Amino acid sequence: MRDLAGTLSVIAIAAVALLTLAVGVFGLRISRTTSDFYVASRTVGPTVNAAAISGEYLSAASFLGVAGLIAARGPDMLWYPVGWTAGYLVLLLFVAAPLRRSRAYTVPDFAEFRLESSAARSTSSVLVVLIAVFYLVPQLRGAGLTVQILTGAPSWVGAGIVGVVVLVNVAAGGMRSITLVQAVQYWIKLVALVLPLAVILVLRSGGVHGAIHRIHAADWGSDWAPGGHSLYLTYSLIAATFLGTMGLPHVVVRYYTNNDGRTARRTTVVVIALLSAFYVLPPVYAGLARGYLHGSGNTDTIILGLPSAVLGGQLGDVLTAVLAAGAFAAFLSTSSGLVVSVAGVVGQDVLGRRIDAVPAFRMAAMLATVGALVLTAASSGLSVAHAVELAFAVSASTFCPLLLLGIWWRGLTGPGAIAGLVAGGGLSVAAVVAASVGATATGFLGDVLAQPALCTVPVAFVVMVGVSLATARHRPEHVARTLVRLHTPEAIQVDRGGFRARGSME
Amino acid sequence: MNQPPPRVRVTGPRRGRSRRSTVVAEIDAQTVVGDIYIRSLMRGQLRLALAVTAVLLVAVASLPLVFERWPGFAAHRLLGVPLVWLLPGVACYPLLIALAWVYVRRAERNERAFGELVAQEPPWSEE
Repeated sequence: MRDLAGTLSVIAIAAVALLTLAVGVFGLRISRTTSDFYVASRTVGPTVNAAAISGEYLSAASFLGVAGLIAARGPDMLWYPVGWTAGYLVLLLFVAAPLRRSRAYTVPDFAEFRLESSAARSTSSVLVVLIAVFYLVPQLRGAGLTVQILTGAPSWVGAGIVGVVVLVNVAAGGMRSITLVQAVQYWIKLVALVLPLAVILVLRSGGVHGAIHRIHAADWGSDWAPGGHSLYLTYSLIAATFLGTMGLPHVVVRYYTNNDGRTARRTTVVVIALLSAFYVLPPVYAGLARGYLHGSGNTDTIILGLPSAVLGGQLGDVLTAVLAAGAFAAFLSTSSGLVVSVAGVVGQDVLGRRIDAVPAFRMAAMLATVGALVLTAASSGLSVAHAVELAFAVSASTFCPLLLLGIWWRGLTGPGAIAGLVAGGGLSVAAVVAASVGATATGFLGDVLAQPALCTVPVAFVVMVGVSLATARHRPEHVARTLVRLHTPEAIQVDRGGFRARGSME
Repeated sequence: MNQPPPRVRVTGPRRGRSRRSTVVAEIDAQTVVGDIYIRSLMRGQLRLALAVTAVLLVAVASLPLVFERWPGFAAHRLLGVPLVWLLPGVACYPLLIALAWVYVRRAERNERAFGELVAQEPPWSEE
């Protein structure tokens, strides 16, 4: 990479990091109580919250990884962004309002409230940490790759920058600052992706007629032809993304910041619109990359090379720096959200019993970040988008059945839920670990290891329902009252039971 | 002969009604009646969610199968772009937004109707 592009990128990355820190420190003055730290005291409006959810959700995989995968492997990879958006529709249909009405901060809170079982809570807490770490590792890896390709620095530099900024920010400001940061991050990412694309299209398309001609003349590839690819992989990807979104720790915690179930639903509609606006862009980058870049480099950094390859010169360098800024916004926002959610869970469950909540939150953030940095150094080179999708697979195989059955079926019992979490979680985590250390297999088993969700999600559902039926006498005592609370609109004055999430100030 | 005393009509306050005036009170007391109302709300919302899911499955999630089964359809071009790129790459998104919007409107309508229903007296009550 050329020197100017490297210098400008360093400036752009530093600017994003400083902006993130500045907003975080500004938030420090507002966040004083425990409740501020965990969930921003629910003073955030639905539009800001929707931008925050989207900003947090659009990770390294969305910003860099998926365009590269589409360029390298064709339209089968379009199902990544479609699934990442449709996951919010499924969440909206089955989970959004009841989850908000449960007043749970986290899935472990929900498990404890619905199942009246602290064992179910602990099992969920372990899974939250696993999912968050699986999700955090590709963010840090993406940051390392980006800094490496732009400046030549070793990959731990980029990962370390993200780790330090997130840690300072989270430990200083807690969730309040993060909510504002995340909302800003969505717009930074959108502009950072739109701007280079707009410049390239305006300068290189040759006007409307030229563009139409190019579209008709383009080689659209034949990598989707029947027999040349695996339908199992595509449908397993669809299962993981459609069903996994609802259980992601950094998504669930945001639903608490909505005012009520109705706002939670409306926020989700805005999220789907914001994500849609973003996700039509990566395929266009992929198309350009197919036209201009013929070498097969690392798919995760393909789009960073595009402005220089298409435009060249100083303009190309400037636009590369814009993309680098957007990419860092993606690493920082998703990593912050994940660390906050893990810190919330670990802080409440493990550390909180011995020390005060706020120091526990800070210490948990520290432990989560350092742990993910160590794992990033240890893990092998899975593509960023695929690694993120595996975190979705674990979520779909565990929290999806827990939430769906917990909200809509009064027969779910504590032992049933735990058995399902262990079965679905154990199988999917085994597949993820195998993929992460580079284990492969041939034939169908290889496909299952690469994309476990289509096998592990049904297993989790069957085990959860089966064991619940077998342990029907362990049905939670207050399940009727719980379902009243989950489904009755807040406007109706009705007895909702006495559950309060741990650390709640309500 | 002793005549049986003439029949007299015994009246009293309508205790069943006054004890629980609305469905909300039935729900709070966890009676069978209250439970029926909550179950009907849940069933209505679940049916709506499943209907939208069915549209999602048929219109979006079926596409990989359709492309596999009918390669000619996948290769068919609209505005110069093959459908195998255009449908998942662009056309899915307006549909997802529309489904979300329709769902929210219907779900809120269900909840408004439920709110009006439970503010009234139940048509029958447990004794």
